[in-house]
Amino acid sequence: MKKIGIPRGMLYYEYFPIWKDFFEGIGFEVISSNRTNKEIMDRGILYSVDEACLPVKIIHGHVDFLKDKVDFLFIPKIMSIYKREYCCPKIIGLAEMIRNSLDDLPEILDVVYDFNKRRGPEKAYKEIAKTLGVTERQSSRSLKKADKGMDRLLDWLKSDILPDNYAYRKDFKDLLLLGHSYILFDDFINMKVVEKLIDKDINVHFPEDISDDIARKYSNFTKKRMFWTHGRRIIGASNYVIMNHKVDGIIYLSSFGCGLDSVFTHMVSRQAAKYGIPFMNLTLDEQTGEAGINTRLEAFLDMMKWRDSHKDHISSFR
Amino acid sequence: MMCLPFKMFIGNYIESIERGADTIVITGSCGPCRFGLYSLVQEDILKDLGYDVDLIVIDALREGYREFGSNLRKITKARSLLGLFKSSRLALELIKRADNLTDISNYIRAHAIDKTQVNMIMDNFYKASLEIHGARQLMDLIDKTEKELHKVELIKNYDPIRIGIIGEIYTIIEPFVNLEIEKKLGQLGVLVDKSLTPTKWLEHHVMSYPLGSKSERTKYKLAKPYLSTMVGGHGRETIGSAIYYKNMGYDGAIQILPLNCMPEIVAKSILKNVSSDYDFPIMTLVVDEMTGEAGYITRLEAFVDLVSKRREKQTIG
Repeated sequence: MKKIGIPRGMLYYEYFPIWKDFFEGIGFEVISSNRTNKEIMDRGILYSVDEACLPVKIIHGHVDFLKDKVDFLFIPKIMSIYKREYCCPKIIGLAEMIRNSLDDLPEILDVVYDFNKRRGPEKAYKEIAKTLGVTERQSSRSLKKADKGMDRLLDWLKSDILPDNYAYRKDFKDLLLLGHSYILFDDFINMKVVEKLIDKDINVHFPEDISDDIARKYSNFTKKRMFWTHGRRIIGASNYVIMNHKVDGIIYLSSFGCGLDSVFTHMVSRQAAKYGIPFMNLTLDEQTGEAGINTRLEAFLDMMKWRDSHKDHISSFR
Repeated sequence: MMCLPFKMFIGNYIESIERGADTIVITGSCGPCRFGLYSLVQEDILKDLGYDVDLIVIDALREGYREFGSNLRKITKARSLLGLFKSSRLALELIKRADNLTDISNYIRAHAIDKTQVNMIMDNFYKASLEIHGARQLMDLIDKTEKELHKVELIKNYDPIRIGIIGEIYTIIEPFVNLEIEKKLGQLGVLVDKSLTPTKWLEHHVMSYPLGSKSERTKYKLAKPYLSTMVGGHGRETIGSAIYYKNMGYDGAIQILPLNCMPEIVAKSILKNVSSDYDFPIMTLVVDEMTGEAGYITRLEAFVDLVSKRREKQTIG
C-alpha cells in the first residue's frame, strides 16, 4: 500500500479528518508527522527562509520529518475557501516554498483549491485521484464519506490539547483564546497556554466554538470587507463575544511575522477597549523560554479577577 | 508587526497633513496581501493622533461601481465622464514623464564621467518640484531637467553592468525606503532597471483592465514553473521579473524585501532555486526602519564586484 504523508502544520488543523478519510477511502495509507517538538522546530528553522513566520518554519520541519517515510506528500494549494476571499499568501505559496526549500522530496500533491475560479474541492480531489490512478467513481464516493468527518473536527482538535477530565464550570471565569487554529491547537507553539489557563481555573473558549454563521455575520462590522477567510472567523468570533459580553477576557496568541495578526490584534484590541473587556496579546516566536509567558498570564488573570472587587480602579485594557 | 510600507504611509500622511492636505487618496485591494486592510488601521491611527482628514480608498471596480465613480469624482472634481477622462489623461501623462525622467537619469548616471553632476541635477529637480503648482509647470520643469541631463558628459564606448531591481512595488519606487539604491548603484557605474514603476502598474491595472498588460503577462508565464498561482502583492511578478532579466541579458538582480512582507517571503524562498537553475546572481536586501547605510553599501559593492568578475570570466574565458 502506498503511503501519503500529511505534515502536521498550517491547514492540517482545519481539514485533517477529511483528508485522512478521503485517502484511506481510495486505498492509501495516511501518515501524519509527530506532534511538534524541539527537533522538528529546529529542523524547520534550518530549512526555511529566515523571514517566514513560526508556523511556516515548523511545517518545514514536519515535511523534513516525513519526506523519507512516504511516497507522496499532500500539501494542497488552498487559495480561497469562499468566493472573493483568500487565504494568507504564505498558505497559498506553501507548497512552492517547501518544494524550493527542501531537497530530495517525494512527489508533492499540490492541487489548487480556488473557489473564485470554480475549482472547489470536488474538482481538486478529482485531480488527485487522476494523479494517483484512482477511478473517479471511487474518489467521489470516498469524498462524500469523508465530508462527514468535519463534524467531529472540533472534538478531535480539542481532545489533543484539553485534559481528559476538563469540563465547563459555571463558577470559573470565561476567557476567549484567539488566534489561528494552527497556533491554538499546537501546544508546542503556544507553550501549553491552554493547559496553564485550565490549571488556573479558567474556562477556555476557542473561536472555533462559535458557529460559522455567527462568526461570518459579526465579521461584517468592519468598514472594509474582510477578505481573509480565516480572519473572518477570528474577527467575527471576537466581535461576537465582545459585543455580547460573553467572556471576562481575551488573549490573542499571535505569531511573530504573521501579516494577518498584525491587522487583527489592532482591530480586536480597539474593540475590546471600547467595550471594556480585558485584552492581552502574546506574540510567539522561536524562543522557548516559558517564564515570561507565565508571568504575563498570571498578571493578566489576576487583573481579570480583581475587576470583580474593584472594577473602577483597574484599567480594563491590557 | 506591520510591514514597512505601512509605517512609511503614516509618515507620509502626517507630513502632507502638516503641509495642509485634508484628503488622502490611496488605492485599495482585496487580494491576499494585507495592503487591502491598510485603510482600516490607518484611519484609527490618524484619528488617535488628532488629525481630521478624509481617507478615500479607490477599490477595484468589482467591489462596487457606484463607490468607484463617486470616489473618482471626489478626487478629480470632474463633473462628467469626459472631464474625468481628460483629467486622468493629464495625470497619466505626468506619471509617464516622471518615470521617463528617472530612467534617463539612471542611464546617464551610469555612463557619466562625473556622477555627482547627475545627482545635483536630480536633487535640484526634487527641490524645485515641491515649490511649483499645477501640471503645466511640472511638465516644463521636467523638460528643463531632461535638457540639463543630456548636457552631462558621458564615457565613450562604456558597457555598464546591468542589474534589475525586483520586489515589492512600493519599496522599489520609493528612494528613501530602498536607501536610494538606484543612485548608489549608479555611482558604481551600474545601469539599473526597475521591474515595476507607476507607469507599468497603471498600464497593467488601469489601461488594459481587465486583461493586464503584455509585459506583466509574460512575467506570469515565466514564473509559472515556479509559482503557478498568484500569492498576492507582487510575489509572482518578482519571480517572473528575475527570469525576465536573465533572458534580457542582465548581469544580476537585487530583490528588495520590506521586512515582514508576506508575498515577498514566498518569492524569496523560490528565488534561491531560480538563481541556481538559471545560473543568475540574485541578492536579497531586507529593508526596515534601520537607516544606517554602511552595511547596505558594502553589500551592494560586494555584489557588483562579484557580478563584474563573473562577466570578465565569461567574456575573457
